[in-house]
Amino acid sequence: MKNYKYDNLIVASSPHLVDSITTSKIMAMVIIALMPAFAVSIWVFGARAIFLTGICIIACVVFEYLFNKITKKPSTIGDFSAVVTGILVAFNVPVNFPYWMAIIGCFVAIIIAKQLFGGIGQNFVNPAITARVVLFLAFSTEMTSWPTPQRIFLATDAVTGATPLALFAKQNFDQLPSNTEMFLGTIGGCIGETSALALLIGGLFLLFKKIISPTIPVSFLGTMVVISLIAGIDPIFQICAGGAMIGAFFMATDYSTSPLTTNGKIIFGIGCGLITMVIRLFGNYPEGVSFSILFMNLIVPHIDNLSRRKLYGGGVKND
Amino acid sequence: MSILKKHLQGIHVDHRKNTMNHAIETMPTPDIVYISMSQHIGAPCEPLVSVGDHVKIGQPIGNSEAFISAPVHSSVSGKVTNIEEVMSSLGTMDKTIIIKTDKKQELWEDIKIPTAETKEEFIKAIRDSGLVGLGGAAFPTHVKYNPRNLDEVDTLIVNGAECEPYITSDYRTMLEHTQDIVNGILLIMKHLELKQCYIGIEENKPEAIERLNSFLSTFPNIKVITLDSRYPQGAERVLIYETTGKVLPPGKLPADIGVIVSNITSIAFLAKYFRTGVPLISKVVTVDGDAVSTPKNVRVPIGTKIYEVINFCGGYKKPPKKIIFGGPMMGRAIYDDGKPIIKNNNAILAFDEDQALIPNETACINCGRCVQACPLNLMPTAIDKAYKRNDIDALKNLNVAICMECGCCSYVCPAKKQLSLVNKLSKALVKEAGK
Repeated sequence: MKNYKYDNLIVASSPHLVDSITTSKIMAMVIIALMPAFAVSIWVFGARAIFLTGICIIACVVFEYLFNKITKKPSTIGDFSAVVTGILVAFNVPVNFPYWMAIIGCFVAIIIAKQLFGGIGQNFVNPAITARVVLFLAFSTEMTSWPTPQRIFLATDAVTGATPLALFAKQNFDQLPSNTEMFLGTIGGCIGETSALALLIGGLFLLFKKIISPTIPVSFLGTMVVISLIAGIDPIFQICAGGAMIGAFFMATDYSTSPLTTNGKIIFGIGCGLITMVIRLFGNYPEGVSFSILFMNLIVPHIDNLSRRKLYGGGVKND
Repeated sequence: MSILKKHLQGIHVDHRKNTMNHAIETMPTPDIVYISMSQHIGAPCEPLVSVGDHVKIGQPIGNSEAFISAPVHSSVSGKVTNIEEVMSSLGTMDKTIIIKTDKKQELWEDIKIPTAETKEEFIKAIRDSGLVGLGGAAFPTHVKYNPRNLDEVDTLIVNGAECEPYITSDYRTMLEHTQDIVNGILLIMKHLELKQCYIGIEENKPEAIERLNSFLSTFPNIKVITLDSRYPQGAERVLIYETTGKVLPPGKLPADIGVIVSNITSIAFLAKYFRTGVPLISKVVTVDGDAVSTPKNVRVPIGTKIYEVINFCGGYKKPPKKIIFGGPMMGRAIYDDGKPIIKNNNAILAFDEDQALIPNETACINCGRCVQACPLNLMPTAIDKAYKRNDIDALKNLNVAICMECGCCSYVCPAKKQLSLVNKLSKALVKEAGK
């Protein structure tokens, strides 16, 4: 009888089996989910959408790599989260936005919002949202000069015009695009946010793959619909316009900056929807999605504390 | 069951029940067995035999005066060659009786079919059988069946969930010893005066469900409950909830809410014991994992060394890198395949290098998968952070003490953080601070 004895074995704590999901796979899935919106942006805004997105991705990855290098930390570019941030930064600026300004946005996102607070999972505000808000306040003119929709690879010296939300804010209702145009995305706006349809496809893909839960998008957009109905305005227009779709599916659902529990996510989503609509209806700015998400990001720790779940078996509150 | 019924959280794991269709094979008696005096929760046994004694199959060789303990019997006939302290797979030094078999395999003369008229006699017979919880906990069964408040108990819950991946020993028992299971349930219900019995089985074992149902048509108070295939359905708290809807509060015993939970193989053994009088001397073990040539279900004499069981399964196909006593979710990785099989082993998994290595930890991305997975609604990520700060008050507030170490949190973590390990360490920390 063979009598091999093995005593050079790995001894570890259970479980000895883990799911195949990794952070990199999650981020790769988010990148795939952003592709329909990317395709539409190329179709609507032309080749510059590709260059701008590419430059933002490269800038984010390089900033992350350099930060890790300088602070002598293990490189985290392999988790693809910097790529996601890069795409989202690009998606949040107009297509004729100067490249160097976009790179500043990437710096704000990766270095200031993310890495200075400890890197992935530690940031308390969404990096891409922060970049958008900083760029918006720093370069207001460039951030609000919207080229009218082009067709693929036509000249990019575009005529600029107002976005539907700007028209809405100025009460130029007769110039508003139809809801079909709004849904398909053949309208003015930031690179990645115009096509509700493409973002919805990506969002549903993430839901199907269980990368995100429907709680935040549904409560976010649901609140917007309810407030629109109360205010007597078109709810479809409101959720298709501006950054509502990309915000609800891709930015408000950011793991690090949204609550852990379902109840917390509902509070968070309602808060986002409410603030968005308050800004759109009463504020000076035509659009409020980024401010609403940024604000709700800041109060996530409190939401988390308020929404701890009841422990199994006991009425003992988990606080 | 109503679709509206609330379920506890859990996770979907690959079942990997490769040995489902492998009928139980009995392995030949090994030359030497190593029988530990500490095969159960509670006081270890003291040897009843001395070096040089001749023992026979089923002869008690270790016992203890303590209440929470169970006697140990010889699984072979032969001569006691030594009694020594051997390090167990847990790292404790346990007295171990080493018996060289004489290959005659004679049954002990004093074995007789137990007769139990009263509850006391029934409990004593269970103690004499050496039975402990065979699902993995190894808690002495005679203690479990004899709670102080037995008059408040009316329900027997039989655990046939077998929710751990790979393991099929309970499943094979359900198929091959169905009548014993039914008889065992009837015995327990009669002597403990219980009104009803639920058998919880995961839906991935339709044949077992069907077979048990066909044996149970004349017993309306014994019901098979089909459980979703969701780990950990076989965990005591989860099983009680999913079969009866009752919640077992932290710090309480199942008897306090009127139920007794028992593993299905324990029950089959009980009936066999009352049929033959042969105590617990062998165990059905699922042998699987990528390093094993021929995965099988094997009936193993207690005290057989692991590598002999593996040799019976064709030996190692590849060098093993991790050997696990039990299932992959809660089983214990052992450091040496020369350890003997004890009563509560239901599986040996030998993983090759690919299976054994778990990827390195990366940063928590706060995705909340662990929070959505925990059956007891704990917050593993918050526990992890509190543990790193050594914040004992926070750990207490997070109720880490009720964690049952099922491993769901670690399983689902995309950052591969060892959350379950941190929970175990945190529990120890809280316990230490409470002293």
